Amino acid sequence: MSRLKKITESAERLGRKLLIPYLVAGDPDNSRTVALMHSLVKSGADIIELGIPFSDPSSDGPVIQRAVERSLARGTSLKDTFEIVSEFRQLDTSTPVVLMGYLNPLEIMGYDVFVERALLADVDGVLIVDMPPRESGELRDKLQKAEIDTIFLVAPTTKKSRAKDIIQRTSGYLYYVSLKGVTGAAITEQESVSEKLEELRALTKLPIVIGFGIKDEESARSMAKLADGVVVGSALVERIGSLNAEGFNQNNIDGCTDIIKAMREAINDLD
Amino acid sequence: MSRVKASSFDGPDESGHFGPYGGAFVGETLIAAVEELDAVYSKLGKDPEFWAKFDRDLKSYVGRPSPLYLAKRLTAHCGGAKIYLKREDLNHTGAHKVNNTIGQALLAKHMGKSRIIAETGAGQHGVASATVAARLGMECHVYMGAEDIVRQAPNVYRMKLLGANVISVDSGSRTLKDALNEALRDWASNVDNTYYIIGTVAGPHPYPKMVRDFQSVIGREARAQALDEFNRLPDALVACVGGGSNAIGLFYPFLEDDEVEMYGVEAGGKGIESGRHAAPLNDGVPGVLHGNRTYLMVDDNGQIKETHSVSAGLDYPGVGPEHSWLKDVKRVNYVSATDDEAMEAFHLLTRLEGIIPALESSHAVAYAMRLAEKMGASKKLVINLSGRGDKDIETVAKIEGITL
Ligand SMILES: Cc1ncc(COP(=O)(O)O)c(C=O)c1O
Repeated sequence: MSRLKKITESAERLGRKLLIPYLVAGDPDNSRTVALMHSLVKSGADIIELGIPFSDPSSDGPVIQRAVERSLARGTSLKDTFEIVSEFRQLDTSTPVVLMGYLNPLEIMGYDVFVERALLADVDGVLIVDMPPRESGELRDKLQKAEIDTIFLVAPTTKKSRAKDIIQRTSGYLYYVSLKGVTGAAITEQESVSEKLEELRALTKLPIVIGFGIKDEESARSMAKLADGVVVGSALVERIGSLNAEGFNQNNIDGCTDIIKAMREAINDLD
Repeated sequence: MSRVKASSFDGPDESGHFGPYGGAFVGETLIAAVEELDAVYSKLGKDPEFWAKFDRDLKSYVGRPSPLYLAKRLTAHCGGAKIYLKREDLNHTGAHKVNNTIGQALLAKHMGKSRIIAETGAGQHGVASATVAARLGMECHVYMGAEDIVRQAPNVYRMKLLGANVISVDSGSRTLKDALNEALRDWASNVDNTYYIIGTVAGPHPYPKMVRDFQSVIGREARAQALDEFNRLPDALVACVGGGSNAIGLFYPFLEDDEVEMYGVEAGGKGIESGRHAAPLNDGVPGVLHGNRTYLMVDDNGQIKETHSVSAGLDYPGVGPEHSWLKDVKRVNYVSATDDEAMEAFHLLTRLEGIIPALESSHAVAYAMRLAEKMGASKKLVINLSGRGDKDIETVAKIEGITL
């Protein structure tokens, strides 16, 4: 059974909400990314989404853009991203890691090499924000053969007929984007999120997580109530940004991931 | 040169592919918006009323048709083919860009959108967008790289005079590609009331097709004017290629005419071998950026490379997907001209013909001069003079160490 399946099924059994932090590979550097990942798991993360740095992150807001710029300034690449996962796997063989990013680095590496390396690094899922299901056939087939999940987004603008189509091609979990906008914006229409989640629930048994705009315990709690879990990106990445100037120090690392610990506590009593 | 059958030029297919290129690679939030646009354009694009309205606007507001002008002194200077200039510089707002914004503004209005956004490099597309927005009483926001705001100051002021809000983009390389990213972010954030006017034949489907259709007025006119003027088609067409809208506009109506050779001139910057250029068709590989698969300037890790060109309007690491296809099927020759060659052509055309060309267009002039020299005196060559150079005089003065 795939790691993602194992985790999501056991969470369902236990009534535990999935907490999925996102961070950018190589921000502030590769070894601290690995340390941050371990610290996130200690803080209560169930799955980690690791961002592949790309020069033109057109679906991301300023916080993640800056993180990507920090990472690229040190030359972090897709290859390094795999190395970070391999390194993480030395100590952690149970937490699923999902790579999230944009298509171009994969196109340039070549899909075959990408999948081969993902397998070698023991990656569990792949989410490419600018690869719509319609254009995904070739990569998804290759990932499927390697038993790596392909995760797609559903947005507030996604029509029901299209959502069905997306769900058919999704495995692992379904990612619902809480707002019309880029990462790091504020959720303004909680009611419509709730409606949309109900609509999606009727279409699939896949776990559904909500992301974009979850920035504190309160928003984590209110969104986790509606779904099987939440993704936390900009709020964590903002804190990692402050690590830049400081030396390597476990206290600083744990200081960043405290926000995940607090969110874990805030959503723990929900079911 | 081997040629594909004429029928292969009917692209794109239904989902926006020109061979392996094109498509609609955008985040899920924008998919509904591009699909809506595709549906609306598919319908309106077949409506003769729509095109009649478009033509009326081009005639009475833009001042079309633009002349096909025989450049006698330039021809004599080169001593070869007769050189004609398709005078897009004479359009209202000074470039071909307005052909597209007129068309897209009609769509925006039809779709009931109240807010227009655009990206701009040289500022010509920004000005053309601000112009149609003013005319229709719509709100307009233009994204422009911080670097380009400095390079193209007169156009920034023009946009402001026209009532547009010019937003400086400080991310990435602070040029056109980053302005495009920021416009995409704005669009995703304001998708309900916003129409995004992309300024070239790039972006997700249906933009490459739609912008081509609007710009094809250039080639349709040039074709009729050539037949009228010298009773046959030209032997060669030359246009500069940034995103590729003025080039495809001229080329498209001639694609099936085998006897017409075509040359797309990319920005050679400091020279292709220096790596400091903006010529993805000469020195790039296929990848995905800004909604489509196309030739790009990337490093080994798939990051988009910084580009260099003396002209802001050509300073883009990608190119419209149809050009990538036309390169692969060898229908169009993609060549380049350096900064220095473009500067030289800029001065030459100004002195020989009394026409100050845009630095973008100067690249086409530079290559065409080389080409004309090698062609016989009985041959005819058409250069797309995509814009006028008023916006560039500060840049040129600065390069030459002159303070205005
Ligand atoms: C006068 C002029 N020509 C050419 C271009 C390049 O664009 P395209 O390749 O889409 O025609 C620009 C872009 O700003 C321009 O202003």
